[in-house]
Amino acid sequence: MKRTFADLHLRTNPKDAQATTQLLSKAANLGYTQVSVPFAPEARNEETQTLRNTCKEFGLDFVSRVDLHPRHQDELLTQLRKLRRRFEIICVLCESKEVARQAAKDHRVDLINFPQLDYRGRFFDRAEAELCSAGAAVLEVDVKPLLLLEGAARIRMLASLRQEAAIAREFHLPMVVSSGVSEPMLLRKPREMAALSSLFSLQGDAALDAVSQNPGAIVARNRMKLACGFVAPGIRVVKEGKTP
Amino acid sequence: MKRVKRRYLWLQLEAANLPEQRVFLDAVWRSVSQLYGEFGASQTSLALINYDVEGRSAVLRTSLVTVDLVRTALAALTRLDGKPVAVHVLAVSGTIKALFEGQVGS
Repeated sequence: MKRTFADLHLRTNPKDAQATTQLLSKAANLGYTQVSVPFAPEARNEETQTLRNTCKEFGLDFVSRVDLHPRHQDELLTQLRKLRRRFEIICVLCESKEVARQAAKDHRVDLINFPQLDYRGRFFDRAEAELCSAGAAVLEVDVKPLLLLEGAARIRMLASLRQEAAIAREFHLPMVVSSGVSEPMLLRKPREMAALSSLFSLQGDAALDAVSQNPGAIVARNRMKLACGFVAPGIRVVKEGKTP
Repeated sequence: MKRVKRRYLWLQLEAANLPEQRVFLDAVWRSVSQLYGEFGASQTSLALINYDVEGRSAVLRTSLVTVDLVRTALAALTRLDGKPVAVHVLAVSGTIKALFEGQVGS
């Protein structure tokens, strides 16, 4: 079966229509079929609908996403309660270990992301991976810093990512590789993204899965859950009977 | 002696203004050696076969075993002569003839 590719992290301001259109058109030209732009938690449904329509013009499947930056565990839980049914993808940017641990074990979190430049702030260790393997959260890696950093900073970044990829492999955790870019010039083709993933030891099919199958599976699972009639995994309401 | 197998990469260059081919090739060499060191770069046998400024395309030749390495280095290339650039691989083939035939056909 032919692979379809997804970029779940196009960082554009949806209110800037021109920049958003440019980025989406570029993504479509490069061969992506599923894209996502993170919204603020307070974004209205009309805004996501507008972007969905724009994506449709380019033949793209739009996935609604929200990025959460909670300062502590309670804030994360409150936001998840409020937003889970409004967005197809929930990503938590973990800036503390407490938040990272809670995000990893909560089934409502789809993606976990870590600060890109602060290596001590990346809490993806064995304990985190074990919690992720019991939950549903997947580690997301943005390639933008790999393109922009140079020298010692990129070396440290690659070493850190290689260690995280090895831990994810050990716990059989899938990874998602996204662009995380806001400029069309920094967007790369899906196979080039997979090639860049080889820099942190994600090779061959695993690298291609990180830009196709893994993000696709998360979106499909969440769409099924958000569809009306969903009761539990494997159970949905097919037809409602009349009450006597 | 065993013949070295080669691969040709057809590239699409995206930039406001493309510099001369020497600058482009230097940038590719620099990207390869930054990521894989001089030892890695020495294994690539890189050569610029064609550089078309008007058509915004280029053809690079490399050895078969280092295709992925060169592809990664090209993806990591973001600046050419100080200006933003993106290099996309359009096709990879064992002969120049097949390289363009495949694209025309598709």
